[in-house]
Amino acid sequence: MDYALVVLIQVAYAIASLALISVGLAIIFGMMRVINFAHGEFLMLGGFATIIAVHQGANLWVAMFAVAPLTVGLFGIVVERLIIRPLYGRMIETVLATWGLSLLMIGVASVAIGYYREGVATPLGSFAIGIYRESGYTLFIIAVSALVLLAVFALLRFTRFGLIARATMQNPGMAASLGVNTRRVYALTFFVGSALSGLAGGLIAPLTSIVPNVGTAYIAKAFITVIGGGAVALAGTLSASALFGTVSQIVAFLATPIIGEVALLIAAIALLRLLPEGITGRYFRRSL
Amino acid sequence: MSATATRLGLAAMVVAALFFLFALPRFAELYVLNDITVYAAMATLALSLALVWGFGGILSLGQSVFFGIGGYAYAVAAINMGESTVPVLLGVALPMAAAALLGYFMFYGRVSDVYLAVITLTVSLIFYHVMVATSGGLTGGQIKIGSAALGGYNGIPGLPVVNLPGDPAAQLDFEGMYYFAVGTLFLVYFGVRWLLTTRFGRVAVAIRENERRAELLGYDARLYKLGVYVVGAGIAGLAGVLYANWGGFISPVVFNIFFTAQVIVWVMVGGLGTLVGPMVAAVALQYVVTELGAAATSEIKASATILGVRFDARDFLDSNVVLGVVFIVFTLFVPKGVAPYVQEKLAPWFARRRADGRAAP
Repeated sequence: MDYALVVLIQVAYAIASLALISVGLAIIFGMMRVINFAHGEFLMLGGFATIIAVHQGANLWVAMFAVAPLTVGLFGIVVERLIIRPLYGRMIETVLATWGLSLLMIGVASVAIGYYREGVATPLGSFAIGIYRESGYTLFIIAVSALVLLAVFALLRFTRFGLIARATMQNPGMAASLGVNTRRVYALTFFVGSALSGLAGGLIAPLTSIVPNVGTAYIAKAFITVIGGGAVALAGTLSASALFGTVSQIVAFLATPIIGEVALLIAAIALLRLLPEGITGRYFRRSL
Repeated sequence: MSATATRLGLAAMVVAALFFLFALPRFAELYVLNDITVYAAMATLALSLALVWGFGGILSLGQSVFFGIGGYAYAVAAINMGESTVPVLLGVALPMAAAALLGYFMFYGRVSDVYLAVITLTVSLIFYHVMVATSGGLTGGQIKIGSAALGGYNGIPGLPVVNLPGDPAAQLDFEGMYYFAVGTLFLVYFGVRWLLTTRFGRVAVAIRENERRAELLGYDARLYKLGVYVVGAGIAGLAGVLYANWGGFISPVVFNIFFTAQVIVWVMVGGLGTLVGPMVAAVALQYVVTELGAAATSEIKASATILGVRFDARDFLDSNVVLGVVFIVFTLFVPKGVAPYVQEKLAPWFARRRADGRAAP
């Protein structure tokens, strides 16, 4: 019974963390048709922003929830202006240019920040489930992930910005002729996506050692989740995270985490053979 | 490109091949030949993506995965067999089989360009994680295939070098390896050139130009794309075999994102839709990257404290920085690459010469 609860928590955690590291990428892809190959480095930047802020004396929670998203969000605005904007509508070129950005960020971080920066401790301690122990931070990640998805849903569904953003994505020409400044909408959407990546980076900072190439450990999973989910940002992230998180975590329990990751990849490739446009290419098409 | 230019290009490549195979070894130092050997392996890898992306229109971001599979297949087989003929063949066949399997899912699933790009890259990244974990994390112990331990992050050292077919004792020396690698490179180059003149090659290019039109003419685009992808994987595998032979060593580094990114950069800088461009770019950029090395391991050159945070600058010209900048600059400003740019500049010159030739007599 206790064991079942532990498994359940671990599966929920796998789903939540997948959703968390993918949602920023999914928003940028779903709303703007841009695949940000530097997503992993946006996570890295969020992580570094968090640990550097903490070492400067900031409160951990402030660093995670304010410093990291703002830093990466503002950085995202600059990136959108300099690299993404000249390439709108040309997906392949965007992939290549953002990949270049990814390498550049790894390089600059290796040069300027290095591989030996001290991290931050995992907060919230742990609690007992029968004979097992579970970290409080695990539950915290699950809760934050759910809240983030809810907040994004509310932002897109209930605010004026959400309405304008969705209209712009559906038909930019029409939105522009109705007086919407589409460039500003793209920039703001990119800000939101980047800020969410920064938040995810801040949240993983206590879990792993943040080094310049830490992003490469996460992007494979994030890409698979976003592509498996398809073009509808929220429903896609949620459904793909649920599917892949469950598969990989159960295989990880039966074998090892690495084999779980392989199972995730195989599940994704098999899924795309059946649903080439991802889950939301066929289901939940009309959701957010 | 005009027929004259094509003939001139072919003649230039034949001359280059004769020079590298017969003239250079007579006066070059052994260490130069050894360097050229690894450049030849890299140029072969560049050729594979030049074919798959430049002529097949398939953006395989993880092309080096086949390079790695080829290298590992050779390594494991050579250690187990103590002889190299079958391992070399395996180093070509296994990547082709892997490409056929992966390609079946992608091309027959008709996933879009960008999805395909991301999937191929992801496969490479997962291979990296798996190979790194073969020293323990994967199953809880060292993984061995026959007598070859895969060795995790450290890779497999001390590989047996290629020998003359049927005679395991006749291993190639440095000079022999040079001939093997450079010979393979030019053989592959002329082979790909020939392939592109065949019916198969022409249909593949037609599909790149306009997939729907080619399909309406009755060609099965899925099958042709799969064909190009599999041939490209075989070439990449062969390049991996050369690479493993050159250093007597293979490690998961060949699967990591940096390695696979540089293959894309070679083709992009050299020029999509050309073969010589990517080969030359591979050699040139490989040279630059080798000279720069990795900043992370170098000494601290300067320190600065900004907003109370200490930043230590090591060698500023980290190879990642250089590759990243080249990547961005070429995508934004020279999207066609260098070779097509040069061709465009040369085309009027050829046209003028032809006009002069006609006017003169």
